[in-house]
Amino acid sequence: MIDKIASSVADALRGVRDGATVLIGGFGTAGIPLELIEGLIDQGARDLTVVNNNAGNGDTGLAALLQAGRVRKIICSFPRQADSQVFDALYRQGRIELELVPQGNLAERLRAAGAGIGAFYTPTGFGTELALNPDGSPKETRVINGRGHVLEYPIHGDVALIQAERGDRWGNLTYRQAARNFGPVMATAARCTVATVHEVVELGQLDPEAIVTPGIHVSHVVPVPRRATTAGGFKAAA
Amino acid sequence: MTPTYQPRSKDELARRVAADIHDGAYVNLGIGMPTRVANHIPPGREVILQSENGILGMGPAPAPGQEDYDLINAGKQPVTLLPGGAFFHHADSFAMMRGGHLDICVLGAFQVSATGDLANWSTGEPGAIPAVGGAMDLAIGAKQTWVMMDLLSKSGQSKVVAQCTYPLTGLACVKRIYTDLATLECSPQGLRLIDAVEGLGREALQDLIGLPLLD
Repeated sequence: MIDKIASSVADALRGVRDGATVLIGGFGTAGIPLELIEGLIDQGARDLTVVNNNAGNGDTGLAALLQAGRVRKIICSFPRQADSQVFDALYRQGRIELELVPQGNLAERLRAAGAGIGAFYTPTGFGTELALNPDGSPKETRVINGRGHVLEYPIHGDVALIQAERGDRWGNLTYRQAARNFGPVMATAARCTVATVHEVVELGQLDPEAIVTPGIHVSHVVPVPRRATTAGGFKAAA
Repeated sequence: MTPTYQPRSKDELARRVAADIHDGAYVNLGIGMPTRVANHIPPGREVILQSENGILGMGPAPAPGQEDYDLINAGKQPVTLLPGGAFFHHADSFAMMRGGHLDICVLGAFQVSATGDLANWSTGEPGAIPAVGGAMDLAIGAKQTWVMMDLLSKSGQSKVVAQCTYPLTGLACVKRIYTDLATLECSPQGLRLIDAVEGLGREALQDLIGLPLLD
């Protein structure tokens, strides 16, 4: 019998190794798998490469993981925010590596990883500083139909940590509103995907027409209580 | 001579941009000043707003106390969903943007060149922490990219330039520049004047920009 429902966050994260690339979902206040990030802090893996849209807010969640010195490199589109002080300090001290990626390239590089695509050409970033490799050498370019394109490679994850809304024991997932964001594409891009859900349902209870992430992309489903988030600088409504 | 013209207020500028958005348009409004355009869509026009974090059919901010923190815009502020609206994941959202499916995107800018190069993501200051978000995808992806900004910087320099000195967001991607003093069109040959505020003549505008306006 297939049963992907994990008994605890710790159980679901047991396999995360030192040096792993960890894809972490969420955008602003929506879809941040906070319980899994806290679980990763407890779990102890070090020397991580983290892929997220941002680089942590305030002093909880991803910011706490950075503060704990566990992240070697972050790949993101928008690190600088009003409350990204933890990342800012580490970056200025040279204690964390940053790969800045246009947000659409981030999403598409993850999609490419999940779809088995070796690399792709995109006009995004052509002629800009972000058409350079981290060592300053130019990325490969090509003119296609008269337009400059940059060659971009996939981002594969060892593990993806995402937040969904409902899930079943086969790992099928639905999401809630804009909390969907990076979840479905990260789920396809990692060898092991761990999803928190607010509700576990019986097989057949999720409308098959409405399942967003089919269970093949999910390794562990961890039920967690709904909780108001204050990430991104916004307080929950009373 | 003392100028006799009045710059457009932020709302007047937003209204000027909104006046050019056609009925049925799919539009992405960038963070900051462009967000204001949503409040000025002329009555009778149905315009569908996209948000990069996976929303089509985005509605206005909710009433106080009705915020749902799973339903936010690209600026991470609470929004609503109109009847008919849809959610989708990030790769689909950026495919929508990069694949040329949006009719118009409206962005802020530090500088725009006469031929439509855009600089709006970094001032290139040494030691500054860079952040790009969806700016480069939006700039090159929409059928038309419009910029909305003040014509002059705080120090009085024209932000419409021959060549951008700030780091580029995209090459030759801006079609129109809506400013507090004038509306301009970028082309491979240079700038064309669409309109200027009352009392600001063509010569005076050319002097402010420091670049010729094509006939």
